[in-house]
Amino acid sequence: MNTTASLLEVENLWVRFRTATGTVDAVRGVSFSLGRERLGLVGESGSGKSQTGRAILGLTAGNGRISADHIRFDGLDLARAGDREMRKIRGARISMIMQDPRYSLNPVIRVGEQIAEAYRVHTGAGRWEARRRAIEMLDRVRIRDAEKVANLYPHEVSGGMGQRIMIAMMLIPDPDILIADEPTSALDVTVRLQVLAILDDMVRERGMGLIFISHDLNLVASFCDRVLVMYGGQIMETLDASRLHEAEHPYTRGLLGCLPDLRSNADLAVMRRDPAWLAPVGGPRPGSTP
Amino acid sequence: MIEVRDLFVTFGSGARAVHAVRGVSFSVAEGESFGLVGESGSGKSTVLRAMAGLNREWSGSMTVGGEFLGKRRRKQFHRALQMVFQDPFGSLHPRHTVNDILSEPLAIHGIGDVGNRISRGLEEVGLAPEHRFRYPHQLSGGQRQRVAIARALIISPSVLLLDEPTSALDVSVQAEILNLLQRLRRERNLTYVLVSHDLSVVAHMCDRLAIMNAGRVVEELNVERLRVRAPAHAYTKQLLRASLGYDRAEADTLEWFD
Repeated sequence: MNTTASLLEVENLWVRFRTATGTVDAVRGVSFSLGRERLGLVGESGSGKSQTGRAILGLTAGNGRISADHIRFDGLDLARAGDREMRKIRGARISMIMQDPRYSLNPVIRVGEQIAEAYRVHTGAGRWEARRRAIEMLDRVRIRDAEKVANLYPHEVSGGMGQRIMIAMMLIPDPDILIADEPTSALDVTVRLQVLAILDDMVRERGMGLIFISHDLNLVASFCDRVLVMYGGQIMETLDASRLHEAEHPYTRGLLGCLPDLRSNADLAVMRRDPAWLAPVGGPRPGSTP
Repeated sequence: MIEVRDLFVTFGSGARAVHAVRGVSFSVAEGESFGLVGESGSGKSTVLRAMAGLNREWSGSMTVGGEFLGKRRRKQFHRALQMVFQDPFGSLHPRHTVNDILSEPLAIHGIGDVGNRISRGLEEVGLAPEHRFRYPHQLSGGQRQRVAIARALIISPSVLLLDEPTSALDVSVQAEILNLLQRLRRERNLTYVLVSHDLSVVAHMCDRLAIMNAGRVVEELNVERLRVRAPAHAYTKQLLRASLGYDRAEADTLEWFD
């Protein structure tokens, strides 16, 4: 499979929020492309990693404005697509998983029905067919006794199972791209491993493109193919994930240095931030806001 | 310093009873740092809460500093043992200033010289004097956790119970807080019981640790055993491998332990 052909191209993306105390640029001129690969987006809180993911799907909050030279996906420019066009893409072709399944699932609808609904909306399939596919999908994300679990409400399942249900729901329309925002941060390490294996198989077997947003450098280094390191709304550097530990940018080195290590109890390095990391980048191209 | 013997904690009763802790025993020497590690639902935080007196539904025996702990605790006990919680957004009163937050333990224990103690307390945890009259929402996550640590330390306890003190923080801030906790322990000869799901945090902070699963301690080990990645119990081995990062083959070998 060709892994270099890009599914998605983001060029000069800006996300600007208007707040009571002035405007805040959460994302400042981010450009990258995504192939059929696992692309990691790492950074600390406030680095703009989640806002980058949301902007691609047009899910930025109401007081935010997205602008970009282009967000190219299958011949379309998502930065200029209308609401109708975006609805056809969102969920069906580009899907997103949020951090905590407890807030993403509808608490009063059985999980099987929620998954089936995702399938029916995007394929127009009938009720019975959708239910069959939903159970099949639960099976694929390795939920034992899928028939029984499909009849449960979200509060009756554990966090790990909830996240697998979310993944089943997001994957059932067979999207080309999945944006996963901290999909495993709320999970135990062993459950995390299983959830990652499911995502990994989707990339390898179906050629899906995965944007994996995370704050966990070690995890991204071992799971992803490529990594973008973000800080202050900008990309500091792009690396092969397997070479993350050889990173040269002082910010990435700083992040790696302050991770506690199984092998030692020496004092941890403290990050010293350099204003020079944030290069002045002009601003969004005038008139490019849709 | 701390002795916990056959601790059981059960919530509810009859068929719906949840046995959160099922016969946990461990001891911690003075000045030692002891870790309790486990996945969610393992009972690690429940042990800590029972020790702090936040949970009365327990049986077994616990002593701190040679004193047997009953269901109700004397004021003096809370002066010797304090707790720092996971979420610095939830554990500080949103409408109290830092000054109010730090005054309260002093008022409860009838300790004077409030002004000086608070400014010294702030300095010790690396906060500036101008933070004193701020509200929690005006502070960053790391600064809030520093306030929570200052609040615990202001009445000079000898034991600190730490419940996931850095899991809500960014790694760069986590490093600062862990360094702070290490320094305070050295300077004040504090005894720590640290609960965490993160093996590397525990390896960094503790001398000895107990691995918990489903309410029981499956293994107690020295941190050296963990460092050379040679725990004895199969559950600990699996936990260790899973924390080291992603490995596709490893995902297929996971077992369930009860």
